[in-house]
Amino acid sequence: MIHARGLSRSFGAVEAVRGIDLDVSQGEIVGFLGPNGAGKTTTLRMLTTLLRPTSGTATVAGRDLFADPMEVRRRIGYVPQGNTVGPFSMVGEELRLQARLYGLRRAEAAERVDRLLTELDLPGMDQRPTASLSGGQKRRVDIAMGLLHRPALLFLDEPTTGLDPQSRANLWDHVRRLRDKDGVTVFLTTHYLEEADALCDRILIIDHGRIVASGTPAELKAAHGAGTLDDVFLAVTGRELREGAAA
Amino acid sequence: MSALVPLTAYYLRATFKSRFAVVFGAVQPLFFLLLFGPLFARSGVGSWDTLVPGLLVQLALMSSGLVGFGIVFDQRFGVLERLRVTPAGRTSLLLGRVLKDSVVLLVQAAAIVALGYAFGLRAPLPGVLLGLLLMVFLSVGMASVSYAAALTIRQELFAPLMSTLVIPLMLLSGALLPMSLAPAWLDAVSRFTPFRYAVEALRALFAGSYASSEVLWGVLVSAVFVVAGVVIGTRLFQRENA
Repeated sequence: MIHARGLSRSFGAVEAVRGIDLDVSQGEIVGFLGPNGAGKTTTLRMLTTLLRPTSGTATVAGRDLFADPMEVRRRIGYVPQGNTVGPFSMVGEELRLQARLYGLRRAEAAERVDRLLTELDLPGMDQRPTASLSGGQKRRVDIAMGLLHRPALLFLDEPTTGLDPQSRANLWDHVRRLRDKDGVTVFLTTHYLEEADALCDRILIIDHGRIVASGTPAELKAAHGAGTLDDVFLAVTGRELREGAAA
Repeated sequence: MSALVPLTAYYLRATFKSRFAVVFGAVQPLFFLLLFGPLFARSGVGSWDTLVPGLLVQLALMSSGLVGFGIVFDQRFGVLERLRVTPAGRTSLLLGRVLKDSVVLLVQAAAIVALGYAFGLRAPLPGVLLGLLLMVFLSVGMASVSYAAALTIRQELFAPLMSTLVIPLMLLSGALLPMSLAPAWLDAVSRFTPFRYAVEALRALFAGSYASSEVLWGVLVSAVFVVAGVVIGTRLFQRENA
């Protein structure tokens, strides 16, 4: 689903992402972890066609990122870290516009939006102004934005940040269902290590723009003699930090 | 281009939800019509047929010149990024907004023309309609440039910068007083602004001389301006894409 080689991005003199290789198979749920500023969002924005890599190559959802960005966009869903709607809009109206931009016909768009509002536990929200939603409801609207066109590959950038434990658990269930029922591949970033542990088949840890660890949660724990992913994370990012200080 | 229809419809619904914004965009030219027009008509410089075309170009500048402000909010709330990640054509992402702006402008312009007729405008209807067409065409370029500016310059600078910039552009276009009255240097400077040609073309159309060189120049200069504006605007929607 994702094959990237040597993907890099610099902002002026700052190298945000330094030549990462990625391979994600169909149907995997992959957690992409790293400290703030490690390059997670930059990587996601490159893989979703929103940011041009400085160098490297990538195939996303079977299409070349550089040669065929439009076809990549058709096949992926992206839920960014921040909001996707302004405060003065109606939930249903925004979702229906988004569906139309993904090429759904008017009737299909209406039907799909109704369906997603139900699935994401947002009943009766169609005519609600976005400003009146709770944080959890707003986040689920953001997630609906990425699912309208039934993408084969879904990118979620910190989907559960700011959610209460109940909403977070619901979201995990939804992500699992997407994979189990529809075979959707999910690539997500998170700051919650127990979330990565519970939800993800495989973990990638990025630090200073480089991938510093990769494996199933069990493999990572075993490799570092650690009891939790927290310990693994500290071990790998801590070591990387010391190397940086020595250099 | 299939995204253009839903986008335009969406922006139109959103805009006409707040009628205040539609009226407010036309307030300045309306003031000039009401409070300056009667003076102008008695000044011996020209009639309502001279002033109203100028006010329409002023309207296009003021109304379309500041539309970029809307995209500043979209950028801040993540709406722009959400639109950019869809397969919608980049030109559609721009033109959806611009077409909405054209409709708003036409509504505002119709109000000015109607008031103008009430005061003493005598222009033939075909000339007025052709003039409105040219004004809307010009505004496509202006709105595109406005969005391009909003995507380029720092957010907090956009409103003060653009609202300042449109004033010299408007004065140099001869919208208020014809450039035939200008000293040579001012006349020369004004020839470097695209809006002068639009004002002169609109005045010619309002005077019923449809096949004049003023009309030809107005159409040509506006066409170049529109193409340049749309290309630059689309580029900026495209910018940073893979």
